[in-house]
Amino acid sequence: MNMAKVTIKVNGKNHTKTVEDRTLLVDFLRDELKLTGTHVGCDTSQCGCCTVHVNGRAVKSCTMLAAQANGASVVTIEGMAKKDKLHPIQRAFSECHGLQCGFCTPGMIMATAGLLKDNPNPTDAEIYKGLEGNLCRCTGYINIVKAVKMSARLLRGGKR
Amino acid sequence: MYALNYVKAKSVKEAAGFLARNPEAKLLSGGMTLLPTLKARLARPTHLVDIGHLAELRKIAVKGGRLLVGAGARHHEVATSAVVKKAIPALAGLAGEIGDPQVRNRGTIGGSVANNDPAADYPAAVLGLAATVVTTKREIAADRFFQGLFTTALEDGEIIVRIEFPLPKRAAYSKFHHPASGYAMAGVFIAQTAGGVRVAVTGAGPGAFRWTAAEAALANGLKPAALEGVKLDSREFNNDMHADREYRANLVRVMAKRALAKLSGKK
Repeated sequence: MNMAKVTIKVNGKNHTKTVEDRTLLVDFLRDELKLTGTHVGCDTSQCGCCTVHVNGRAVKSCTMLAAQANGASVVTIEGMAKKDKLHPIQRAFSECHGLQCGFCTPGMIMATAGLLKDNPNPTDAEIYKGLEGNLCRCTGYINIVKAVKMSARLLRGGKR
Repeated sequence: MYALNYVKAKSVKEAAGFLARNPEAKLLSGGMTLLPTLKARLARPTHLVDIGHLAELRKIAVKGGRLLVGAGARHHEVATSAVVKKAIPALAGLAGEIGDPQVRNRGTIGGSVANNDPAADYPAAVLGLAATVVTTKREIAADRFFQGLFTTALEDGEIIVRIEFPLPKRAAYSKFHHPASGYAMAGVFIAQTAGGVRVAVTGAGPGAFRWTAAEAALANGLKPAALEGVKLDSREFNNDMHADREYRANLVRVMAKRALAKLSGKK
């Protein structure tokens, strides 16, 4: 069994662990660092629940090896809030009730952060396209789209 | 994930050397196809040789009337590159329609072309633009590169370094997405090149192919009406739970007309 030492900066802090080569980034986050906010929904890169940012880009952490992220900077859902203050996207999902069971929410929020970074003021169609890699089985997406729009307003410094 | 052995290559040269010594090793780039394939145990290579991080494979530039795209360029990078958007906007547009944002942030052009999935988008562009696939060993013309279902002219241990696209006069791509996977149920890339009009089809058959009858019909003007009644041999088309042959054949015609409409500036 091949093992290797991997150092990944997660939410601003370096973590070095010796892990099996097969270790997926999501397993590194959940099992090694106990950051269980990143979920595994499908494990087949369909659902996007495991979305995190690697070097500033949204990726599905179930379809990336920890070894591929060696030396990279990763942001997970746990890295979004500042102490007790929710990130504007978290606040918007909460206020718009952009969730029901909440399982897909961490991935939705990380995907939204990725979308708004590239496009700070997306249209409905751009939101649908921007969240194409994330599935929600509860909401029908209506309030998720509302939450993304509110997120965009808040991040642009506007009112909710 | 099943057990595997991971090797991070320091250079393309080192990766090529490793492959030569380990014939059952596989290259890993974005991993958007390979990692799910491993999870499904459809492949069990002895080693994964990672070349996804190599800067030498990520360059995008225009040189001598050609757009050069490094094999490691990610779909998102191609989609948003000012150089690509200026040189071949249809190629940037195609890259922006692959999969979903997370996939575009990882997947690479070299990986897509080497894998030659019958429903992948890039093979249509490479074939439609008469591009050249440059490898560690040689240069391969698109017309010789794609050889059907997941099959290419690549030899064992041969690594794609970059794709060179001659700049077309005009080009457009139109694709009918599978609503769940984002893959092309049918995609048609039409280009007016120095060597004439080229029409490349993906998603419909066992691999990307040129619709030569349509090329002939469009030689005297890129008009949708010219495609009426043009022969399209669909006997080898994919016939599966997503769509039957006749449906795919119709989609090819519709996508070709939409691509032509884009070329004439009409939506």
